[in-house]
Amino acid sequence: MVLLEATDVVAGYGQTEILHGVSIFVDQGEVVTIIGPNGCGKSTLMKAIVGMVRVRTGSVSFQGTDISGYPPERIVRTGLCYVPQTSNVFPSLTIRENLEMGAFLRKDDYRGRIGQMFDLFPDLAAHPGRKAGSLSGGQRQMLAIARALMLDPVMLLLDEPSAGLSPAMMQTVFDRIREINESGVALLLVEQNARDALGMSDRGYILVAGEKRLEDTGKDLLNNPEVASLYLGG
Amino acid sequence: MGRLVTTIQDTARRIGLAWTPAHTSVAIVVIALAVGFLPFVKMGLVVNGVFLGAIIALGAVGLTLVYGILNFANIAHGDYMTMGAYTTLFIVGYLLPKVGVEGSGLGPFTFGYPLLIALPVAVAAISAGAVVVDMMVYRRLRDRGVNTVVVSMASLGVAIALRGLVQIIWGGDIERYPRETRQVFHLPMDVRVPPDAIFITTVAIILVVALYLVLDRTKMGKAMRATADNPDLALVSGIDTGSVVRWTWVMGAALAATAGILLAVYQAHLLPIMGWKFLIPLFAAVVLGGIGNPYGALVGAFVIGVTSEVSTQWINPSYKPAVAFAIMIGMLLVRPRGIFGGGRS
Amino acid sequence: MDLAGIADYLVAFAIMGGIYGVFTLGLNVHWGFTGLFNIGIAGFFALGAYTSALLTTSPPDPALFEDFKFGGNWASIGFLDWGLDVWFVLGLASAALCCGVIALVIGYITLRLRDDYLAISTLGIAETVRFFFLNEKWLANGSKGLYRIPKFLGDWIAPENYGYLYVVVVFAVLAIIYLALQRAVNSPWGRVLRAIREDEVTAQASGKDVFRFKLQAFILGAMIMGIGGALYAHHVRFLSPLTFDPMLATFIIWAMLMVGGSANNKGAVLGALVVWGIWVATQSLPGILSDPSFRLFMVGVLIVAVILLRPGGILGEERRVTRLADSDAARPNNPGG
Repeated sequence: MVLLEATDVVAGYGQTEILHGVSIFVDQGEVVTIIGPNGCGKSTLMKAIVGMVRVRTGSVSFQGTDISGYPPERIVRTGLCYVPQTSNVFPSLTIRENLEMGAFLRKDDYRGRIGQMFDLFPDLAAHPGRKAGSLSGGQRQMLAIARALMLDPVMLLLDEPSAGLSPAMMQTVFDRIREINESGVALLLVEQNARDALGMSDRGYILVAGEKRLEDTGKDLLNNPEVASLYLGG
Repeated sequence: MGRLVTTIQDTARRIGLAWTPAHTSVAIVVIALAVGFLPFVKMGLVVNGVFLGAIIALGAVGLTLVYGILNFANIAHGDYMTMGAYTTLFIVGYLLPKVGVEGSGLGPFTFGYPLLIALPVAVAAISAGAVVVDMMVYRRLRDRGVNTVVVSMASLGVAIALRGLVQIIWGGDIERYPRETRQVFHLPMDVRVPPDAIFITTVAIILVVALYLVLDRTKMGKAMRATADNPDLALVSGIDTGSVVRWTWVMGAALAATAGILLAVYQAHLLPIMGWKFLIPLFAAVVLGGIGNPYGALVGAFVIGVTSEVSTQWINPSYKPAVAFAIMIGMLLVRPRGIFGGGRS
Repeated sequence: MDLAGIADYLVAFAIMGGIYGVFTLGLNVHWGFTGLFNIGIAGFFALGAYTSALLTTSPPDPALFEDFKFGGNWASIGFLDWGLDVWFVLGLASAALCCGVIALVIGYITLRLRDDYLAISTLGIAETVRFFFLNEKWLANGSKGLYRIPKFLGDWIAPENYGYLYVVVVFAVLAIIYLALQRAVNSPWGRVLRAIREDEVTAQASGKDVFRFKLQAFILGAMIMGIGGALYAHHVRFLSPLTFDPMLATFIIWAMLMVGGSANNKGAVLGALVVWGIWVATQSLPGILSDPSFRLFMVGVLIVAVILLRPGGILGEERRVTRLADSDAARPNNPGG
């Protein structure tokens, strides 16, 4: 069943158009990765989906509802949560407060959910009173993902979750992402580490200069010699 | 300086003390009094500076909240103070006497109990007014995504209009709350404490502690801090930024209105320009504490209050605002992000 | 009122309108072309006026003015005594210089920081300048004010006709500033300023030293304001620190620029004349229209309304046709509108 569907999305900043009509979809429970060279519009596509960048023409629908034109907080309400690539935590708030902010829309008692997050990311559980600004890059990334999970989303959008992490930390993050997906959350990833990301993806898209170049299963993209030489670094 | 403060905070935490603004204020007052014991500084001026600092603190904390969360310099903040003071005048001088509620000289204070009734009413009115102005002016500019300087510009227009309004209604002459003359307390070291100053300081302490509790313990307070940290992330986290903005105005304007009323009590008169004249010390305190940092503004307020009072020992008292201005410029030169280094430059 | 009376009235109106035109042009350099938020115009106004007045006013006869305190007496310096009133030009130049130096110092400290620090600082300058002339009685007679400021070319013409001469002087100065500014803003320098105003980050990225350009614009605008102050001093020939209250020395100038349209020099001058015209014309009306408090209120409302409804000002930004693709200048918006 199609969960998220973006159709002919055109978007950009000011007078520059970045996306020239991109269509993608994500099925229930799927992991989908978008790869492509820098500046191809991967992050812009994500921002357009979550309402941070206006969709000029085309549409985005989630669970059958057209959400293009919704403000970000309304999109979050539908169960679509997003982790930006940079500045994705509130630095002057503590770890626990960051998670509470992730649960801002919840009216019920979300303490159990915070407990679940601490189980999933034991690093965060050690010092819940620490300011997010003093965390390491990997811990920040985990906190950012945990914050986005506080609302029990149907689908999670992750913009370069492994950027700037050590290989070991990167592995941990990917392991967590897989666990999150196994719990039933659909994932849309943008990744520089295309090999690792495609390896765990059901499907993938290759975006070049604001247009979709290729779409296939993760495995076939990995085995495609053209993709390997152009986008996976040989 | 920043490192020193951090060290003190860490030490305090290690010995089991949570470092709250209440501690900060106590520390400031202790340091200020220590300064007063220096042989070449008059203790009386230091004490006056602490009282003045308490009023500046209320204004500056509200100003820095608005600055941090809405990201613009609210030039009308001083005029929110003026509006608070005059609304109170309207209540104690006109409304309440109509229903036979009159009085002055409550206990040791110059003002009467009607002022205690008027204060919360006026504060609520100014808060509501600030929310209305936001809906009419600032929200439309935010939606349009204009440069923050344009928003500041609009707040200059609001400031001018508000002052005009005060003058239309009350005229430009000096006004006073109904008051009785009261004996000041004489303390050693030639310190004179007017009883009103004790009231002012008490109100300021209560409000600052209340603000701390709101920001530290409530969901809305945390959401306000989150929005100040990163407005875009607040939006995609599902934080209701509309309410955050409303509560910011409610709290900022409430603190400003209270500061205006206390200022009118302290200086024993009201003038339409009183708030505008207070802008320089307010902004100086905000810059000193780092923009968006309420606890920093608190420290900044006392530094400005004490320094400008003590400066009158050597220079003409009418240069007090210029002293605040000079401190601010000096701060911008050496540490534009404020004493604690956390503000935005 | 007889015909001569009406003529005198019109001349007095034109002189003040022209002087306000100078200020509005100065503010246009700050806000209109560069996006610098100056809310302390009164400071530069006062500084310019006092500088020129102190330089050129002769010391009073102690017998006649025993309480007149005055630190000037520089006019007696020999080279000023050339018969021709060279002192007037020197007065204007020093007023500009003085304001330029203050602008350099304040701009140097604040222009690297957030935009609104400049606004707060200009407010500080305005208040400090006022306190200074109020308190330093030895220099400019404190609150009693400085009087006997000389007339330019006053020996040439009968006192009752002086206005006719001075109005020409004021408009000559205004025209020179206008033409110079038109050249400046249409030069590559002016284009960089507008680029900074529209998008500072992009301007920076394309290798422009944004700080340097902003500082130059701030100094230039302040110098023009200084000249405006000096023109004012030799018009009213009496200065007191109380003259420079924010209403008539800052707020009304903002209203003028708002009406005229930011980044449009013609509009700025026109806005000055129109707003000053309304101001003067309504002064003699009965009722609330001539009430200063109501006017204050209306100036505030006007500023907010223009920002909300017509961000480009009533006249809007002048369209420029340049050989370069200059999309910034062609956009009818004001800074961020």
